[in-house]
Amino acid sequence: MTKLNAKIPEGLLAEKWTKHKASVKLVSPANKKKLDIIVVGAGAAGASAAASLGELGYNVKVFVFHDSPRRAHSIASQGGINATKNYKNDADSDYRLFYDMIKGGDFRAREANVYRAAEISNNIIDQYVAQGVPFAREYSGYLANRSFGGVQVSRTFYAQGQTGQQCTLAAYQAMSRQIKAGKIKLFSRRDVLDLVVIEGKARGIITRNLLTGEIERHSAHAIVFATGGYGTIYYLSTLAINSNGSAALAAYKKGALIANPSMAQIHPTSIPVLNEYQSKLTLMSESLRNDGRVWVPKKKDEKRPPNEVPEEDRDYYLERKYPAFGNLVPRDVASRAAKERCDAGYGVGKTGLAVYLDFRDAIQNQGKETIVGKYGTLFDLYRKVTGINPYEEPMRIYPASHYTMGGLWVDFNLMTTIPGLYAIGEANFSDHGANRLGASSLMQCAGDGYFILPVTIGDYLADEIMTPTISTDTPEFEQAEKEVLEKLKKLLSINGSQTVKSFHKKLGNILWTYSGMQRNEEGLKKALEMIKELNDEFWKDLKIPGGLYELNQEFEKAKRVADFFDLAQLIILDALNRKESCGAHFREEFQTKEGEPKRDDENYSYVASWEYVDENTPPKLHKEQLTFEFVKVTQRSYK
Amino acid sequence: MKITLKIWRQKTSQDKGKFVTYKLDDVSKEMTFLEMLDYLNEKIIMEGEIPIAFDSDCREGICGSCGLYINGRPNGPQKGVTTCQLSMSAFKDGDKITVEPWRSKAFPVLKDLIIDRNAFDELIQSGGYISVNTGAAPEANSIPIKKENSEIAFDAGVCIGCGSCVAACKNASAMLFISAKVSQYAVLPQGQVEAKERVQAMIKKMDELGFGNCTNTGACEAECPKEISLTNIARLNREFLAAKIS
Amino acid sequence: MRSFLGTSVAKKIVMALAGLFLIIFLLVHLTINLFLLSDDPNPFNNAANFMAANPIIKAFELVLFAGFLIHITWGVILQIQNWLARPKKYIKHHSSQTSFFSKYMIYLGVIIFIFLIIHFVNFYFVKLGWVEGDPENFYDMAHKLFKIPVYSIIYLICFLFLAFHLHHAFQSAFQTIGLNHPKYTPTIKLIGTLYSIIVPLGFAIIPVIIYFFK
Repeated sequence: MTKLNAKIPEGLLAEKWTKHKASVKLVSPANKKKLDIIVVGAGAAGASAAASLGELGYNVKVFVFHDSPRRAHSIASQGGINATKNYKNDADSDYRLFYDMIKGGDFRAREANVYRAAEISNNIIDQYVAQGVPFAREYSGYLANRSFGGVQVSRTFYAQGQTGQQCTLAAYQAMSRQIKAGKIKLFSRRDVLDLVVIEGKARGIITRNLLTGEIERHSAHAIVFATGGYGTIYYLSTLAINSNGSAALAAYKKGALIANPSMAQIHPTSIPVLNEYQSKLTLMSESLRNDGRVWVPKKKDEKRPPNEVPEEDRDYYLERKYPAFGNLVPRDVASRAAKERCDAGYGVGKTGLAVYLDFRDAIQNQGKETIVGKYGTLFDLYRKVTGINPYEEPMRIYPASHYTMGGLWVDFNLMTTIPGLYAIGEANFSDHGANRLGASSLMQCAGDGYFILPVTIGDYLADEIMTPTISTDTPEFEQAEKEVLEKLKKLLSINGSQTVKSFHKKLGNILWTYSGMQRNEEGLKKALEMIKELNDEFWKDLKIPGGLYELNQEFEKAKRVADFFDLAQLIILDALNRKESCGAHFREEFQTKEGEPKRDDENYSYVASWEYVDENTPPKLHKEQLTFEFVKVTQRSYK
Repeated sequence: MKITLKIWRQKTSQDKGKFVTYKLDDVSKEMTFLEMLDYLNEKIIMEGEIPIAFDSDCREGICGSCGLYINGRPNGPQKGVTTCQLSMSAFKDGDKITVEPWRSKAFPVLKDLIIDRNAFDELIQSGGYISVNTGAAPEANSIPIKKENSEIAFDAGVCIGCGSCVAACKNASAMLFISAKVSQYAVLPQGQVEAKERVQAMIKKMDELGFGNCTNTGACEAECPKEISLTNIARLNREFLAAKIS
Repeated sequence: MRSFLGTSVAKKIVMALAGLFLIIFLLVHLTINLFLLSDDPNPFNNAANFMAANPIIKAFELVLFAGFLIHITWGVILQIQNWLARPKKYIKHHSSQTSFFSKYMIYLGVIIFIFLIIHFVNFYFVKLGWVEGDPENFYDMAHKLFKIPVYSIIYLICFLFLAFHLHHAFQSAFQTIGLNHPKYTPTIKLIGTLYSIIVPLGFAIIPVIIYFFK
C-alpha cells in the first residue's frame, strides 16, 4: 500500500473545484453508452448519483436491500439542508459555511472537500426546487430558512420535519424517470456481500437476492457505494434497524481503507430509551433547539412535574455554559452536556437518563400556530411515541447513536483506494471531520450524488472506454462467490442456542458503554477483549432458523451482525489510537479544565485510515496528514 | 397482558398459506406492535421454528416499509399511525388479534406478511416526477410559490408509499397514492409543464397494474398513516378531466 | 375518445355525469308523480301524455336511456374491475370509518334496476303497446297498482334503497368530477343528504296516501 494521496488540486481554496472540473477527463456521449456503473444504495446520495449518471448516458445498475429505493434511511432526515444562499442577508457565504463545518468538525476534516461542499450547496437547493420539493416558504412566496446547531446564521432550508423525505423522494423520482427511460436497471431486495476486484480495479459485486437467497454476480466499469452509515452497530440508534456496514466492510476486506471509524455522532435530542423491548430510538430534529430550551432541575431530587418547577429552580445548562450559542451548540457538545448533567444526578424521567426540551416560552412568545407550522410533524411524532403532548409539557430527550462521520476513505474525486470504487454520502468519511453539523448530511449526500461524482467518475472512466462489458465468468468472480458462500454456510452451520438479536444487543451495549460519548484507554481495551469474546461466542452459539436459498430475515441480520463484530473492533482500535479528544471522540484523559475536548494538533491532525491485512493480523494504520492553509486552527469555543 | 394472535403464514408466493395461532402471556403495554412481534419471533426461534417474516425498517413511521392488516384495519386501531408506531397500549388483556398481509392483486404476498409493492415504484416511474436534469435548474427563488400552494404540495408529498390506502380500499385502488403525487405537482409551477401527461400516464398505469378504481368510500383517507386527504383524489379527477378536454 | 373512455377514471367521470343527469331527471319525474295525489286524473294524464307526445321530450328520452345505459354498464364494468383487484379477501372484516352506503352501491343499484324493469313493464311497455293497458290513463293504472299492498310495499322498499344509493351518489359524483373544496363540499354533502331523503320520500308518500286515503 502506497502513501495516501488525496489528490487535492492546487490553488486557492475557492478555485480548487472549478479548476478541477475544467481539467478532468471527459467521456463522450457515444462512449458513455458503452460504460456500466453499479450504484449500491439509493438514498439521498445514491439515488441522486444514479439519476444524474443515467441522465448523462451511462448504463446504471442500482442495488438496494429494501423492497423499494424510496425506503432508504435518508428519508428519515428531519430538520433541513444547508445552503449559502444568504436569503436572510445575515452575511452568510460559502466561506462561512465552510468554516462552520471545519470548526464544527473540530478541525479533523479535509479543507478542500468541505469548501467544495459549501460551494455547491446552492445548486442543490436549485435542483430540489426544480424537482418539486415543497420547501417551507414565506408569505411572499420565497423560500424560508431556519437555524441549526453550531452556527449563527439562518441557512437551513426545510420542509417541516420531513426535509429528508422530500429531498430523497425527489431523487428517487429522478431515478424513476431514468428507469423508465431504460438508463437505470433497478435490483431491489439485494444485499451486497462482496466486491470483486480484477487486476486491481473494482469490477463487480456479489449479491444475494433476498427473496430467493440466490447468489448473483454483477459487473460494471465502476462501482459506487452509497451505503450510508453504521450507527446501528450500537443496537439502539436513530437509524433504521436494517442499516448496516456490510458493504463498507466488504470493500475494506478487498483493499479499501476505512477512515476514522470511531467518529460516531451521538445525537443529543433523541427520545430516551423507554423500555427493554425497544428496537430503535426516535430522533427529535435538532431544529427543535431553535426554539426549545434545554434544562434540568437545579435540585437533584426534584419531585414536581416539569411545568410546576419555577424559573429559579431550572438550570438551563446550555445557555449557562455556552452563552454565545446557547441551545444551538453543536451536537457533540450538547450530548456531552446532557450526559454530564444526568451522570451528576440531575436527569429526569423514570430512568434519570433524560433532560427537558421545553417549548413553553416559544409558544408564549410566538403563538402555538407558528410552532405548529415549524415543528408540527415532529410534535406529532413525539406524542405518538411517548403519549406526552409536547405543546403542554416539555419533551424528554437524551443522546442516541445517530451518524457516522467515519467511513470509507476517499480522495478528492470520492474514489476509495481501490481504483474504480467510489464512496459517496455517509458511506465516506470526507466532509464532517470529528463531528457533523446539523443539516449538512443531506447537503453532502446530494452534493456528492448530483454534482461531484458525475464529474469525477468521468475522469476515471475516460480511460475505460476501450474496456468491453466486464464478464462475470472470470476466476475473480468465481473466487469471490466461493468465499461468500463459504462464509454464509459457515454462519448457517453454527446451530447454537442464541439469537442474532441477543448478540447484537450485547455488542451494542459494550460499544455504548465504552466507546460512546466518552471513552478512556482502560475501557476501550476492556471493550476490545469483550468484543473478541462475544465474537467467538457468536461463531459458536448463534442460532439461525431456515436456510440460505429462501427469504430468511434472521439470516440477513446474522450476516450484518457478523460484519458489525469486525467493524466494532476497528472502531475500538481507532478510538484507542487517537490519544486526543476531538468532536465526538471524547477521550476522558484529554480534556480542558472546563471539560471540553482537548485536541492534540501536533500528533493527531490526521485522518486515521485502516487497511485490512488478514484475519489474524491487526489492521495497518495509514495517516493522511491534514493541512490547514485557509483557516486558523483554534480551540473550538461556543461560549 | 395476555394476547392471542392469529397470524397469516405463507411459505412462498406459491404456497396456499394459512392462519396460525400464537399465544403470548407477558406482553407489555410499552411495546410497539412490531416489538411485540419481535418478541414473539424470538420465542419462535428458540422453539426451533421459522419466525414470522414481515417488513419494517425505520420504525418511526417514515420509510413506509411496514404495514399489516390488524383486526380488520391497516395499521390497527390507532388513527394516523404506521404499524411500527402502533402501540400495544391500544389493546387490552385477553385481546384476540388477527394479522393479515395487505391483500391486493397488485401486491402479491411473498412470504408470511411480506408483500411485493413494486407496483408503487412502477406508478412513480410512469410519470411521478418532474423531468429536470441535474444542472438544468434555475435559481431557487426565481419563481415565487404561494405559501398556501407549497403547503398543499407538502401535505400531499408526505406520502410514504406504504400501501395502507390500497389495503384499506374495498376496491384495492391506488387512487390516493397517485393523487398525492399528482396533487403535489399540480399546485407547483414546476410541475405544471408536464401535468397533463403525468396524470394520464399514472392513471393508465394504475389500471394496467390491476388496481381497482375509486368509489369515494373514503377508507383510504381514514387509514392513511399520514392522513392524506381525499381532496387530492378530487384534484386528480379534475386534473384528468382538464387534461382530456383541453 | 377511446383512450378517454379506456381508463377507470374516465369511466367514473362519465358515470358520475350520467348519474347527475339521472338525479335531475328524478326531480322532474317526482313533480309529475305528485299530480297522482290530485283527485282529478287530468293533470297527471296530461303531463304523461305530454311526455309521451312531445318530440323534444321524445328525443330527450333517448338521452335518458343512454344515461341509464352508461351509468349501469360502466358501473358494472368498474365493479368487476374492483372485485378482480382483490382476488384474496381478508378474513377479518373491514372496520374503517367510511361512507357506509358506498360499499353497497352495486347491490343497491341492482335492486333499483329490478325496480326499473317492473316499472317499465307496468308503464313504459304499456305505452309502447307491448303490454296490455290503457296508455291514455296512467292515473288509473297507478292508483290501481298502489291499492295492491304487495306492490306498494315493494315500491316503498325500492325507494328506501334508492335513498341509500343517492345518499352516497350525490356527493360522490361531485368528488368524481373533481369538485371538492373545503368551503363548498360540506354544503354539497348537506344538499346530497337532504336530496336523498326528500326525493325518495316524495315518491314514497304517494302510494301511502293513495292506499290509505284515496
